[in-house]
Amino acid sequence: MNAKTLVKLATQAIRKNKMRAALTMLGIIIGVAAVIVMVAVGYGARSRIQEQINNLGTNMIVITPGAAQASGVSQGAQAFPNLSLKDVDKIRSQSQYVAAVSPVIVSRTVVIGPAGNWRTTINGVDTDYQTIRDWQTATGDFFSADDVRSNRKVVVLGNTVAQNLFPGQDPTGTEIQIRNSVFKVTGVLAPKGQTASGSDSDDVVLIPYTTAATTLSGRTFIPQILASTANEQDIAAAQDEIRTLLRESHKIVDQGDDFTVKNQADLATAAASSTQVMTLLLAAIASISLLVGGIGIMNIMLVSVTERTREIGIRMAIGARGSDVLIQFLVESIVMGVLGGLAGLAIGVAGAKILGHFTGWETSISPLIMLVAVGFSGAVGVFFGYYPARKAAALNPIEALRYE
Amino acid sequence: MGDVVIQTSHLVKTYVTGTNEVHALRGIDLQVGRGEFVAVMGASGSGKSTLMNLLGCLDTPTDGSYQLDGVSVEGLDRNALAAIRNQKIGFVFQGFNLLARTTAIENVELPLLYDRTGRKRDTKALAIAALERVGLGSRLEHQPSELSGGQQQRVAIARALVTEPAIILADEPTGNLDTRTSVEVMALFQELNQQGITIVMVTHEPDLAAYASRIVEVRDGRIRRDEPVKNRRSAAEDLKDLGDEEEEVA
Repeated sequence: MNAKTLVKLATQAIRKNKMRAALTMLGIIIGVAAVIVMVAVGYGARSRIQEQINNLGTNMIVITPGAAQASGVSQGAQAFPNLSLKDVDKIRSQSQYVAAVSPVIVSRTVVIGPAGNWRTTINGVDTDYQTIRDWQTATGDFFSADDVRSNRKVVVLGNTVAQNLFPGQDPTGTEIQIRNSVFKVTGVLAPKGQTASGSDSDDVVLIPYTTAATTLSGRTFIPQILASTANEQDIAAAQDEIRTLLRESHKIVDQGDDFTVKNQADLATAAASSTQVMTLLLAAIASISLLVGGIGIMNIMLVSVTERTREIGIRMAIGARGSDVLIQFLVESIVMGVLGGLAGLAIGVAGAKILGHFTGWETSISPLIMLVAVGFSGAVGVFFGYYPARKAAALNPIEALRYE
Repeated sequence: MGDVVIQTSHLVKTYVTGTNEVHALRGIDLQVGRGEFVAVMGASGSGKSTLMNLLGCLDTPTDGSYQLDGVSVEGLDRNALAAIRNQKIGFVFQGFNLLARTTAIENVELPLLYDRTGRKRDTKALAIAALERVGLGSRLEHQPSELSGGQQQRVAIARALVTEPAIILADEPTGNLDTRTSVEVMALFQELNQQGITIVMVTHEPDLAAYASRIVEVRDGRIRRDEPVKNRRSAAEDLKDLGDEEEEVA
């Protein structure tokens, strides 16, 4: 018998018991649909996080005080005032791989403009910050190195702050008040959107770190140092170099680091782990469904073999070999698996579209995944159909013919 | 006999169930020549069904030898037996044994689909020719449920004929049919027999055995009687006597 005849036979047999076949395929359908949604959502979440991480800047390295825990979460890092401007200078002057470095002195306070007040984050940074974060100005300019050296009261506004203090106006060249001091606005930053954790990257104002240290906090320690390399390959080397330099600077010999150096990939991994729970859950549903679906196929095929014992006897009497019968039943369970896979694929694609619509995530399913999903359903058919098919093939034609 | 189709010598079949040994066949020597129409008779338990299974290559003997159309069958494996059944034997069963929800053509085509000799043949055309030969040219696309018992048995006979087998084995072929239809089937057998087809028919009805050319009676696993039929009846003429009613198959 050729493949066409076998598939025709299988579909005929399945059509004779439509309801039964549909219920049998349900497990496979749910399993494949779960896989498809999982892959689509996983892709959507990953690409969104990737986008947000890239938004932070290019080839960025983040140095924070305090040692990292095994899980990658630094515990109470800000409690150790052990990064200083000296460290920044050491990295700037001695590192070969670091192309740009900037301290970030963070404080939160109210800024006052002509249209009202706005509570926001003040970041005291160096000019390199613009390079590291790859953050262009929408209007005006970033403050200059001279501004930094001279402790000038200049400020670059984040898009959100600009819109709230100067609705419908370009604030460049005007002045705002930050904690009793008047700052000149040199420019407004281009919008960056949400961060990976969901906060607004544009709700910020940038001032020279020198000004921040003297005017705002009066503190000399630095909660964060950002650095970046000229290209991606240098990141690992730069991290090692920064570690060495900081250990030297902090006079650490035998103990562990009292600071943490992370790159964007580390940040991405941490952010991705949150979506992993959902992915794992869907994967568990998918594999259990496929298993249960496969057992369902095996069960129905066993019933089918018993029901069709006489048919098997007839086929054997007129010359079918055991292998002919085996292949016939195997093809039937494969067809059932593949049909279930296709139905699951359709439902999964529709489900992913709907989910994407509500979450605003970009969902994408590669043709390869579709092929794998359907192929795997067929494989489930082979695996769980083999035993019943073997049983059919091993029947004795005389007894099979006599079966009522 | 010049051209021998079936040649058995001392065919023995013993079934072992637990500690019991059942001697179904105790040594059958049977020769059937080409073109014969043999009726195998016997009460139930006589061993005729076992003989039928052995002759049909559905089972293998415990002892003895069996040559079918010049091929020794003993010692062949399942696959080889399947091939022999496919090419040399046409089965006609009591219960018709057609595939349900499958058209007459597809039922008749079935043995050709299991042909592994690699011949390229127009299986559909051969199936149609076989159905026309048994007078069912107008019922090609009908499914068994849409056919009468007699018509179903004709489809089964067409299925047996389609491979041009060395022999047709019929096991109680009229067991499920009324008298008139039974005689019609016998008429078809006689007609096919006249065209040179060898038929071995198992039956327990002496009336039907009278249409054959030779009767072999089996009792207790042995052949008790083996003789030509005297006063052989013609099914075609009997049908004329049954007469007035219209023929079922137009």
